[in-house]
Amino acid sequence: MTLLPTPAKAVSPPRPRARFHVRKQALAGWGFAGPFVAVFALVFLAPIGYALYLSLFRDRLIGGTSFVGLDNYTQALTDARFWEALTRVGLFLAVQVPIMLGIALLVALAIDSGRLYGKGFFRISIFLPYAVPAVVASLMWGFIYGTRFGLVGNINDTFGVSLPDPLSPSLVLASIGNIVTWEFVGYNMLIFYSALKIVPRSLYEAAAIDGAGEWRVVTSVKLPAIRGSLVIATIFSIIGSFQLFNEPSILQKLAPNAITSDFTPNLYTYSLSFSGQQHNYAATVAIVMGVITAIIAYAVQLRGMRKG
Amino acid sequence: MSAHVSSIPSNSTDPTEPTGSPGTAHAAGAPVPPRRRRPHTPLNPRPSVPLTLLVGLVLVYTLLPLAWLVINATKDQKGLLDSFGLWFGKDFNLWDNISRTLTYDDGVFVRWLLNTLLYVAVGAGGATVLAVLGGYALATYEFPGRRAVFAVVIGAVAVPGTALAVPTFLMFSGMGLTNTPWAVIIPSLISPFGLYLMWVFAAEAVPAELLEAARIDGSGELRTFFRIALPLLMPGTVTVLLFSMVATWNNYFLPLIMIKDPDWYPLTLGLNAWNAQAQTAGGEAVFDLIITGSLLTIVPIVAIFLLLQRYWQSGLAAGSVKE
Amino acid sequence: MRTNSTRRLLGAVAMACVMALGATACGSSDPADGGGGPEDVKSALDKGGKVTVWAWEPTLKKVAADFEKKYPKVDIELVNAGTGDKQYTALQNAIAAGSGAPDVAQIEYYALGQFAIGKSVEDLAGYGATAYDKTFTSGPWNAVKYDKSIYALPMDSGPMALFYNKKVFDKHGAKVPTTWDEYVEAARTLHKADPKIFITNDTGDAGATTSLIWQAGGRPYKTDGTDVSIDFGDAGTKTYTNTWQKLLDEDLLAPVTSWSDEWYKGLADGSIATLSIGAWMPANFTSGVASASGDWRVAPLPQWTKGDTAGAENGGSSLAVPKAAENKELAYAFIEYATTGAGASARVAQGSFPATKADLGSKTFLETAFPYFGGQQANKIFADSANNVGAGWSYLPYQVYANSVFNDTVGKAYISSTPLSKGLEDWQRASIKYGTDQGFSVNK
Repeated sequence: MTLLPTPAKAVSPPRPRARFHVRKQALAGWGFAGPFVAVFALVFLAPIGYALYLSLFRDRLIGGTSFVGLDNYTQALTDARFWEALTRVGLFLAVQVPIMLGIALLVALAIDSGRLYGKGFFRISIFLPYAVPAVVASLMWGFIYGTRFGLVGNINDTFGVSLPDPLSPSLVLASIGNIVTWEFVGYNMLIFYSALKIVPRSLYEAAAIDGAGEWRVVTSVKLPAIRGSLVIATIFSIIGSFQLFNEPSILQKLAPNAITSDFTPNLYTYSLSFSGQQHNYAATVAIVMGVITAIIAYAVQLRGMRKG
Repeated sequence: MSAHVSSIPSNSTDPTEPTGSPGTAHAAGAPVPPRRRRPHTPLNPRPSVPLTLLVGLVLVYTLLPLAWLVINATKDQKGLLDSFGLWFGKDFNLWDNISRTLTYDDGVFVRWLLNTLLYVAVGAGGATVLAVLGGYALATYEFPGRRAVFAVVIGAVAVPGTALAVPTFLMFSGMGLTNTPWAVIIPSLISPFGLYLMWVFAAEAVPAELLEAARIDGSGELRTFFRIALPLLMPGTVTVLLFSMVATWNNYFLPLIMIKDPDWYPLTLGLNAWNAQAQTAGGEAVFDLIITGSLLTIVPIVAIFLLLQRYWQSGLAAGSVKE
Repeated sequence: MRTNSTRRLLGAVAMACVMALGATACGSSDPADGGGGPEDVKSALDKGGKVTVWAWEPTLKKVAADFEKKYPKVDIELVNAGTGDKQYTALQNAIAAGSGAPDVAQIEYYALGQFAIGKSVEDLAGYGATAYDKTFTSGPWNAVKYDKSIYALPMDSGPMALFYNKKVFDKHGAKVPTTWDEYVEAARTLHKADPKIFITNDTGDAGATTSLIWQAGGRPYKTDGTDVSIDFGDAGTKTYTNTWQKLLDEDLLAPVTSWSDEWYKGLADGSIATLSIGAWMPANFTSGVASASGDWRVAPLPQWTKGDTAGAENGGSSLAVPKAAENKELAYAFIEYATTGAGASARVAQGSFPATKADLGSKTFLETAFPYFGGQQANKIFADSANNVGAGWSYLPYQVYANSVFNDTVGKAYISSTPLSKGLEDWQRASIKYGTDQGFSVNK
């Protein structure tokens, strides 16, 4: 922060832009960004560097540590358990993310449109699930998904139907998707909503004068204006899907056979690292996963930002 | 909602005022103060019952599990096991449950609550400051490495955290940080999403001309930031603050690895410890306390949200600047 | 990573010693290597200090207070660092980091091997633990002893018994099973009378499965230094799978995971009619299933052969001293106090199930009436089971990992048409692979 330039007041330059030249920009830029970058380096980059280093070794209970070069990477690239897990979260991503973001966007637009009764109530209520701790979420969803004492069981009893078990192997991914949607609809809604709040109102006015209907205002003014937020919410949802961990890990206690220890890539690295003490290989899988995720996120960003 | 609208400052005559304002033909009972009267337009629409019902469906979806939580916080251990989950039991034990939650095991819950408040105040507060400063820098200055910053952040965030936990633990242990509040606070200081949100926000909400004008007037960079940019960034800042608070409040995985001393547990670890108690030989099952404790854990978040929500309103300022 | 590899290296050296010399020359029965002998323990007690204990066992609270009272200079800091594998993870991490490890750690019997083979826990033989050769019951004692080394002292034990809901059995006229064949019969009777009732819950539990195989005479794991063999094709295992497959095929097992909220509900409302589980269970019944007080009774574990009295252990844990402990002598003094003599008796009085012969045979203990079980003197049944635990059982030196992939493999039998025996084969394969990767010589 002390690096910040303080231009002299008295001088009134002929070309204002020249006053704020490249070097000062750099100083100011790094001055403001510096604190974030420094802490980020400590809590993200250093462990990743450490993980990169670890990924070149193999540590065994019997025989100790040895340098293995890129062996761990060759192993990861041909690891069927890893690829199966990756395919699973890929499917999850393709289905759950559009649903979740779609609902979030609709709710955000509805609240922003001013056409809701009690919109403040809607805003906080829909956001609330994000505030629920994982242990509670597990108790709640354990109850709802329960086919004996739970809500599903009660519906079955009351209406004489037999709903399929949400935790059976064929449905468990969808059930996880439901929980994730529940948790993050409000979160994404708030992102969209706060982006909508800074859309210049004059744009609406102009559109209204042109005779544009409400829907037209949405598609031609509001959505383009919040493109940045849409893209970033998508990117973070993609990362979130690829890193799916909390929800399957919670439900694993209720459905241990349907949710295997390699159900998602992140569960797999967890199991490798914590149950198996295979820190080196876990680090390798994590890095491969990170590279794949980053490539996809980058592609989405390019595509999302280019249009329009 | 009324608080929301009435907090609109000086621009009450601004015809672009976006929030739902009542018109002459306004449906009775709408919770809006009848200050101004204007015909409904696409900009000032009347509340719609069908739309409210539609979004109401989403509301039911989000609130149903929470209803379970509230209802079950009124039951004792026995009632939890033998009554239907979505309806009240025979006895109403909420107050008793709350007092037992707060006093169980020498009042350890209160200690966890205070720890959590500390982590949230320092961690989430710090995260917001760093994200706002960083996002502002990315949006307003051309500096070498600017593009790289975000690419590196996204790349790093893409690496699954579970596998980084052990390297991070070993590093923190080497620095003597494990088992101290810093082990929770320092990682909480980084909100990659917050950084990006602030970047996007600053790029849209802070017009370059305004900063340029301030510079011509001789305002220093820091002063320009605080006087001009920060007010415009308010809605984004509040959003980031809220997200960071919730994230820190619910932080579980890292404290689980870093903190082994129950005196430094945040609430989430404490609730988990209580939950684990029911799963061990000889342990006392305290589901009733877990559920009540969870409810108590959510209450402050709701309070914070309500306190913060008026600040979203200042987003109007950004809009007016852009006109 | 340096500290970690050093540890592993030490582990390997120690392992080589075990293999080459039968643990006499390198083993820590030599006080110079392993730290203090009994005299050092005594002087450490006089000197005092602080002992950090990582444990989740609730009865240790009282023992810690008693110990501090007896030795005022000693400060016991009892920390619940997580339960089961969470605590082991924390312990491994602290050991790897070279700091932050406790002086005493609670470790379940099945997990001790992993710490013993990595030499991350102290051999207590040199501290005087050899004196307790006759103190503990055979199941727990064999679980902490590896050749001449003693890596922990047994804290409690879990001889298995059959807990059954008498009200449900009486109502539907089912006979309390004495053999596993009768058990299957009872399962059919109850489920037929009321389709909501299941004989028990089971979604695949490594601990329970291995315990029942143990009771059936199976000994799938054999460990000799770094030579490991795994065989789920032996006769005992087959006896188990044949019977259990029937329960699976006829959908007689409630698909409810143990320790879940739903499980407690099932135990309370009678839809889960029996549990075959360790003798530590009564405390959980009393606090977690209070509303069913009086409904439940205890019976001996059903037998694989009529007229047999075979028992098996299910769960139970020990107290060990990590190599990285700062005050090992004092740590040993505490675990000695907590697991033997007055400390052990105090814990038993609070509901812990004893691993000491003296407590197990005491009249007060045996004649304790459990109001929860309708006044039944249940400890007599548990004690019989403890005295009849089959000899020669051992776990893998990496059982924590093996158990973590149990549901990936054997779990398939619970959710698909995969036979249980095939599931166990897959589990065996996964365990062999991991062991081989970790440098063990498995099934060679």
